[in-house]
Order: sequence, then C-alpha cells, then structure tokens
Amino acid sequence: MLKAHLPALVIIIPLICAALCVLLRRKDWAFTVALLATWASFAGSCLLLVRAMNEGVISYEMGGWPPPFGIELRVDALNVYLLIIVSGIGSVVAPYARNSLLLEYVEDRAYMFYSAYLLCLCGLMGVSITGDAFNLFVFLEISSLSSYVLIALGFDRRALTAAYQYLVMGTIGATFIVIAIGLLYQATGSLNMVDISERLPKAGYGNTTVIAAFAFLVVGAALKIALFPLHQWLPNAYTHAPSTVSAFLAATATKVSVYILLRFVFTVFGVRFSFEILPTATPFLILAILAMFLPSIVACFQTNVKRVLAYSSVAQIGYMILGLGLVSVAGLTASIVHMFNHALMKGALFLVLGCIFYRIGSCHIDRMAGIARRMPWTMAAFVGGGLSLIGIPLTAGFISKWYLILAALDKGWWYLAVLIVISSLIAIIYLWRVIEAAYFREPPDDLKEVSEAPLNLLVPAWILVLANFYFGIDTSISVGVAEMAAKALMGAG
Amino acid sequence: MADFEGLYNYWIVIVLAMAGLYIVIARGNLIKKLVGLNVFQASVFVLYISFSKVSGGTAPILDKGIDVYSNPLPHVLILTAIVVGVATTALGLALVVRIRKEYGTIEEDDIHSQDESM
Amino acid sequence: MKDYLVLRVITKLLVPFILLFGLYVQFHGDFGPGGGFQAGVIFAAGFVLYAMVFGVTSAQRILPNGILRAGIAGGVLIYALVGVIGLILGENYLNYSPLSHDSKEGQHLGIFLIELGVGTTVASVMMTVFFTFATWRED
Repeated sequence: MLKAHLPALVIIIPLICAALCVLLRRKDWAFTVALLATWASFAGSCLLLVRAMNEGVISYEMGGWPPPFGIELRVDALNVYLLIIVSGIGSVVAPYARNSLLLEYVEDRAYMFYSAYLLCLCGLMGVSITGDAFNLFVFLEISSLSSYVLIALGFDRRALTAAYQYLVMGTIGATFIVIAIGLLYQATGSLNMVDISERLPKAGYGNTTVIAAFAFLVVGAALKIALFPLHQWLPNAYTHAPSTVSAFLAATATKVSVYILLRFVFTVFGVRFSFEILPTATPFLILAILAMFLPSIVACFQTNVKRVLAYSSVAQIGYMILGLGLVSVAGLTASIVHMFNHALMKGALFLVLGCIFYRIGSCHIDRMAGIARRMPWTMAAFVGGGLSLIGIPLTAGFISKWYLILAALDKGWWYLAVLIVISSLIAIIYLWRVIEAAYFREPPDDLKEVSEAPLNLLVPAWILVLANFYFGIDTSISVGVAEMAAKALMGAG
Repeated sequence: MADFEGLYNYWIVIVLAMAGLYIVIARGNLIKKLVGLNVFQASVFVLYISFSKVSGGTAPILDKGIDVYSNPLPHVLILTAIVVGVATTALGLALVVRIRKEYGTIEEDDIHSQDESM
Repeated sequence: MKDYLVLRVITKLLVPFILLFGLYVQFHGDFGPGGGFQAGVIFAAGFVLYAMVFGVTSAQRILPNGILRAGIAGGVLIYALVGVIGLILGENYLNYSPLSHDSKEGQHLGIFLIELGVGTTVASVMMTVFFTFATWRED
C-alpha cells in the first residue's frame, strides 16, 4: 500500500514533521523528527526512482480527482532526478546542522529552525513532483518563504539585508510566474501542465496571450535561477547565511528553479514554440556565456571565501543554461547532469566552509592562512570539492563539462567548447588562491592553536566529497537517468 | 484600441503592475518597497478575477433558477495568492523591524553606506 | 484606552458578535463567501480589537503564546491528517470520500475539517504576528 502512495508521502512526511517540530519544543526531539523526516523522504525518492525506471511515468491523483480536474503528482525521469538531489542533500545536511554553530546561535529556538528547514525541503520536493502549474507556484512560495527565514538566521547583520533583498527579488520572480500561469489558464482553460501542452496548439502559437505568458515565465524563472543579469541577490544571500543554510540552498534552490524553466519551456510550451517560433535559444546562449565568465572573474577578486563560492555558483548556473540553449538531447543531458553534480560540489564546499567557520569563526581568506596544517582533513575535502568544480577527470564536475563540450561539438560550435574550457581555467584561479593561502602561508598569530573540525561536521562533508568522486567514475545512474529525462523533454515538443 | 470599454480591467492591471514595480525600484525606504510589492501583487489579483467573469454570469454560488455562473476556479487561486502575499508582507516587515534594530535606519542608502564602511 | 468609557463598553459588546460572525463565515464557506482564511482573520480581528482597547497583557492572558503555537501547528496537522486518514482508508491522499458512509457526506465532512484546520492556523498566525510586534522592545 505504501508503494502506491509514495508520491504523496514524499511531500507529506516533511510537512507533517515540520508541524510536529513546532509542537515538540525540546531540541533533541525536534532533531530526531527532522532527521527521520529527511531520511524517509530520501528513501522514498530512491524507491520512486526504481519505480519510475521500471514503470515509466507515474501519475498520482490527489484527492482521487482525475487529472484535468484535480491536482496530479506526476513522476517522470526528470522529476525523480530532482527529488533525489533535493532529498539527498537534505538528509546529508540535517545531521550536519545539529552540531554547527547555527544551532548554538539559535539555542532554545532550535525547533523553529528544524521546522523551517523541513518546510523548505517540503516546498522544493513539491515543486519537483507536481504536475499542476498553480500547485507549482504554491510550493515554490512555500520553499521561498522558508528560505528567506533560514537566510536571515546568519550571524552577521548583513544577513538581514541579504534576506530582504532576496525576498523582494524572489517575490517579483514568483509573481511573474503566477502572471504567466494565469495567462496560460486564460488561453487554454486548464492548469495541468500536460493538459496545457496538449491544448496550446489549438490556442494558436501566434496568440499574444501565449507569447506574453512565455515571456513572463522566462523572466520570472530567470530571477529565481539567478541567471546572469538578475543574479544580484545570490552572492549576498549565500555569503551571509549560515553555512548549513548556504550548503542546503546552494545545492537545491536554484536547481529546482532551473527545473521549473525546463518543465515549462520544453513540456508545456514545447520545443517547436519555444525555440523555432520564438528565437529564445540565442538570448539563453549569450546570457549563459556572460554568466560563465563575468561572475568567475569577479570571484577571483573576493576575499571572503563564501562569496567566492557564491559567484562561482552563478557561473555554474551559466553552464546549465548553456546546455538548455543548445536545444538538443546531448545539451539537455549535460544540463541535467550538471544540476546533479553541482549540487554535490557546492554542497560539499559549503559544508567544508562551515567546518572552518566552526573552528576559526571567519571565512576570510587571510584568516584561513596556513589552516591546512591544523585541519588537514577539512582542507583535503575542500581540495576534493575544488577539483570537481574545476572539472578534473575522475570527478563529477568533469562529467558535466565533458557532456557539455560534446553537445557543443555536436552542433558544430567548436568555439563554444573553447569558451567552456577557458571558463573552467578561471575556476582554477579563484580556487588556487584559497588553496595557496590554506596550505602555503603562515597562520595568523591568534589562530596557531586550532584543532580539526568535529566528526559530526566532517563526516557529512566527506560523504558529499566522496560522492563527487564516485559519480565521476560510475556515471551509469547520473547520466543514464539524465539522458532519459532529456529524451522525454525533447520528445514532448 | 478596439473594444476599450471591455478591456479597461486589463489597463488597470498594467497600470497597477507598473506602478508597483516602479515603487519597488525607485524608492529607497524598505517599507515603501514592500508597499510597492503589494501593489504589484494586487494587480495580479485583478488580472485573475477579470478573466474569470463569464458574460451574463452571476457569482459562483449555487442557487435555484440560475444557469450561468462565473468561473469559480480563479477565485480560489486568488485566495491562495492573497494569503501568499500576506505571508510575504508579514515576513518582509519582520525583517525590516530587525534591520531597524541592527542598523538604526530603514533607508537603503544609509544601510549601504554603513555596510561599505565595514 | 481603558479610560474611555464608550470604547470600553462598545468593545465588550462587539467582541462576542465579531467572534460569532467569524464562526459563521468559517462554516458557511460552501454556501456563500467564506471559508478558513477569511474566518481566521475575522477571529483574529476580534482579539486585536480587544487587545487595542484593554491592553496587550490582558489579551495575552487569554491567548498565551503556548496556545497560539499549538494552534499554528495544530491547524496544519489537522489538514494533513485528514488527508492521511483518506490514505489509511485506502484511497489517495486528501480523498474525502471514504470519510463517511456516503461519498457526498464524506466530501462535506472533509471540507469542513480542513477549513477548520485552516481557520485555526490563520487565526493563530495573525495573533502571533500582532503580539510579536505589539510587545517588541527596542533594546
């Protein structure tokens, strides 16, 4: 019986446990509930992966109402991939959160942190799994509102202004998405995403309502993805948020927004409308290339390592949009695989920074000088994540860059492949600055006696780093599912 | 401009949306930005309810002797969107109260200059 | 504001009617405009009026923080658990039909319960927000 209701359970368990966490005031009980909820969600997503591989598309009717009338939870290859990313990162970061400085900061209100964390997880999973457009907006807002709360918990007072800026820009983005959904409903009379895609040809591809809906959707999603000119909220939000929260959000929130873009552009509007009738591929490619270079160059000049990683995230999102702009199965595969690999990379790097912050209270590059001698395992994890970020062979990062280059060469655009390689080289510059400071410089006087990070913080970071290497060597699952998803997306148009 | 009288709802939507966005961008006071955000969201509500009206339809409440009702689905969507807007405003105002406590001001320029001097 | 006689008397007369109207709006959502959200806000408005005239501390004696927190989480739990009951009785999540002997009665009962949950949560959240800002100290 449980197997039949997995799609609903995967969202409901975090939601119920979030409400339970508010009622359970004691820190330890709330932690146990949160841990069990995230692990149960991850287990459910893995079971859904197995089911989706065997059965194809799984459709679940909420409330027993059949799809065009009711809300449908629809699991296909792309969805289940995203569910695994979100719940996987969620279940690794949850035990990390317990010992991080964050919990010592919030003390007796720790149960509220767990509740917000579970609500964010529930919202992100809900966005990934739903097949109804307005339901997607509702879950998107659930996850966004809880992420504003989580970011505002930073120690620095600039966390508050960062959360406020993210709130304003994120709400504008979400409101654009809801305008798009409204215009689509006006043109087709349905809210179910597959139903809209079937009714859209009848509404007419030249229909100004449909074109306006497309425009609003792309801009709204771009605000949430932090695509190049609309990325202003991301560096501040990830820098000043607590490391736990940065790790969780950097690995999941933008990926889910890229999923929204993929789902609407390819499944709802269709390849023919989005790329042949409207010239959308060129702006995506140009913005992606700008995103790959400009934030990376800015990252080379930053002194706060978290800010370096935040700008690096904006650049990596450029890679994902580049794959989208290539409009081919190979390009989409590269994009989707990069969503997975980047989640592993950035999750690992931010968790490592959390370990460093726990010991020395700062992520400034000068304060981190010479720390590799006192915290060898932590810096080794940073090097591991860094190798993946650059794209050294045998790491997950290499796999995504490889597929991206193959997709570009497939279309005959060799200069694009050259640009991809050059931007990876820029990543070497900003990562080498950190590694050089950590390994080859003398530590400042007051930090000579620093011990290794506690195991509770080190183990989750190392799990993600090792996952980087594992998925760099054995790509059958990550690339296999991504390819299935890409074929389904391209085939639907 | 054909059929201007029938479409004046949508003109109001455009005016409200642009006014809201302008307030968010042009005003430096944090609370005024939230007001602009609210105006922008209000325009979305008017948009949804405008296209739910069916010509000759009454309010979507079942009653004897009435055949044509307006579409009730967008009304439900707007209830949800209004609550989302309320939650966002409440959260934004809570952040502004704490920013006031930490910085002593709610003008964006002052906050920027305080941050830059750090 | 306690010293203004007219305000005190009128508030004491009006608050029960406001709360009653809130309950009316809550349970008549299927027959007229109404439902959980609106009812929760009207309910909270009654208490806010009381707090404004008689002071926040006396309002907080009626609705201490513990009850409000239980209301917030409890409303969400009522909503989610109604769905889970549908799950246990064999149908999909949030299917109200098996809740009663007749499918139509089940739908009626299901909507009744989830609107109750929504009303509880919204009223508790509105009161929590009001009390938080009303008792905010600038230190």
